[in-house]
Amino acid sequence: MGPSPITSSALPGAPVRRAVTRPSTRLGYAIGALVMAVLVSGFAWVALTAYRHSLAVSSFTITGEPKNTNFEVFRCGATTRYKTGRIQADGTATVSVPPGCWEARPGASGSKGFEARTAHAPRTTGSALALAITTALGVASLGLFYPAVRSLRSSRRARDALSRDDFVNTRILAEQARQSASYAFGFGAATLIIALGFLFLSAANGGVRTPFFRFSLMTAKFGTILDAFATNVKIFLIAEAFVLVWGLLVAIARLAPGRAGRPVRALAIFYIDLFRGVPAVITIYLLDLGLKKAGIPWVSSWDDFWFAVLALTLTYGAYVAEVYRAGIESIHWSQTAAARSLGLSYPRTLRYVVVPQAVRRIIPPLLNDFIGLQKDTSLVGFVGVVEAFNQARIINSNEFNLSALTMVAFLFYVITVPQARLVDYLIRRDQAKMRANG
Amino acid sequence: MTTPFIEITEVHKYFGPNHVLRGTNLAVAEHQVVCLIGPSGCGKSTLLRCINSLEQIDGGEICIDGDRVSGPGVDVNRLRQDVGIVFQSFNLFPHMSVIENVMLAPVKVLGLAREDAQGRALFLLHRIGLDAKADEYPDRLSGGQQQRVAIVRALAMGPRVMLLDEITSALDPELVSEVLNIVRDLAEEGMTMLLATHEMGFAREVASKVCFLSDGIVLEEGPPEQIFGDPQKDRTRSFLRSIIEAGRL
Repeated sequence: MGPSPITSSALPGAPVRRAVTRPSTRLGYAIGALVMAVLVSGFAWVALTAYRHSLAVSSFTITGEPKNTNFEVFRCGATTRYKTGRIQADGTATVSVPPGCWEARPGASGSKGFEARTAHAPRTTGSALALAITTALGVASLGLFYPAVRSLRSSRRARDALSRDDFVNTRILAEQARQSASYAFGFGAATLIIALGFLFLSAANGGVRTPFFRFSLMTAKFGTILDAFATNVKIFLIAEAFVLVWGLLVAIARLAPGRAGRPVRALAIFYIDLFRGVPAVITIYLLDLGLKKAGIPWVSSWDDFWFAVLALTLTYGAYVAEVYRAGIESIHWSQTAAARSLGLSYPRTLRYVVVPQAVRRIIPPLLNDFIGLQKDTSLVGFVGVVEAFNQARIINSNEFNLSALTMVAFLFYVITVPQARLVDYLIRRDQAKMRANG
Repeated sequence: MTTPFIEITEVHKYFGPNHVLRGTNLAVAEHQVVCLIGPSGCGKSTLLRCINSLEQIDGGEICIDGDRVSGPGVDVNRLRQDVGIVFQSFNLFPHMSVIENVMLAPVKVLGLAREDAQGRALFLLHRIGLDAKADEYPDRLSGGQQQRVAIVRALAMGPRVMLLDEITSALDPELVSEVLNIVRDLAEEGMTMLLATHEMGFAREVASKVCFLSDGIVLEEGPPEQIFGDPQKDRTRSFLRSIIEAGRL
């Protein structure tokens, strides 16, 4: 007897018979999409309207009080101060606040003769711009009906095909109905989340929004914040240049070949473990305060700025060294063999063959670390460098409002995101040059 | 008989517990083309890699032109200028254009001026009909074209001997001949070559001597007519029989 045949009919186990089944018309998907569209776009209208109302700026006026007196403004019943006010020389004060119930209370010190009172800021219509934007967004949310209705139409055509026993077209149309419904659900989910965001921002009559987004404060302090942010930019640009070189040196030390290289390798590993394991803010603190006190010639006379650059270089040099190492080790040994076989020495093989290829591979993780470094420049404020975060905290403690910090957050966002896109573009261009078209 | 150009004496090589070369002896005279044949894992590639010190041998001796090139104290970078090697998987540098691949070692190792190295590279690329591809990147070339560039990259150093390590094994069948034609030209010009190959027909045609390697030793050697026509050892015969069964000879 020869070996058993290996064709499918002879395989062990029961044969699988496939039967032609009646396809579904996906009517359930279509109806679900339609119901969802009604609910979500309705909710979006509600949320946007609430947001628009919360944007409205109103005011109340106090008259006949001791001149030049300070007072504090609270929401009715609230314990957190909303802002401060001052009675002018003419004995009046007008306070801009969102509509609602407000209390003016004497300040903690020196509000002689000022009586606490309740005032009402009337509801206003809000600005035309807010109306235009929220209306446009609301109209956009009606776009959910387009795929939902399409889904319903495809499903009904599928039903017609099914009544003719045309299974192939039923499946095609039902799949179209399912896909349109999926679009509706996908965009519906996004719309819902955005609407919830607007609702959140407008909660407590704008009370959630105001601490983060007081535009008057933002415009007033924009120049100050931008000046301070220039320090962040300077720190990370200098540190990044150092990190690129220092990280590569450490990586090469980490990979030093042979028995003679062992102590060098050990030292590199120790350095990496040390600085990767310690929080950046502690390294900044220790280096700045410690080295300044140490009385080392030249070094101890450095600015805080340069200690910050040094600390960030040492911290991120450790991260980047490991990134370099991963890149270098990812280059197949046959590349080294080819280079060495041509008579290139080990350093030259690294310089001309291995490192250039490794660098191309590690650009995305390198960018990761650089974005980390850029954000960590906000830590150097702790040793007295006036950078954006530090400046914004000063503004916050003067104004009792976080809008300056929001602006700093936004500035970081504005510099990091374009970098990511730029790097994506550069990588694509480089690959297009080297890779086959097929 | 004159002293051989490459003389390999009782060479041993271990990879961990794996004893790959077990006292290999081989001699290659100047202008000779010696083909190494034998089953996978018999040590052909390892032997070639040992000759230009990509692997260190654990016993025995390798001499090139009367000079011992194995063991401690050998200037491997100097040795490799004389001994070119071409690999099965081409190993071109993907981040450099074709001409940069060819120019790198002449400029950085031999210290040629860029213009001279460029002239040399273009001359060689012209010889293999690839001067039009000088500015292309390797990944845009066919396997056969890449391997031809790899040969030229080794030749640009002006080696005195070429080691070819199964250079057509990774190629589509229709691309094999374009590579072998270059090797044939080199043989006719008198280049000393040591080839590890599975192309038996080609070995039969160009070889001055064929060596059958088995289990890390040269089991049988002789002119191609003798090895392919009248092999003496059983192991050689069974190897050639399976080659013929697979329709490769």
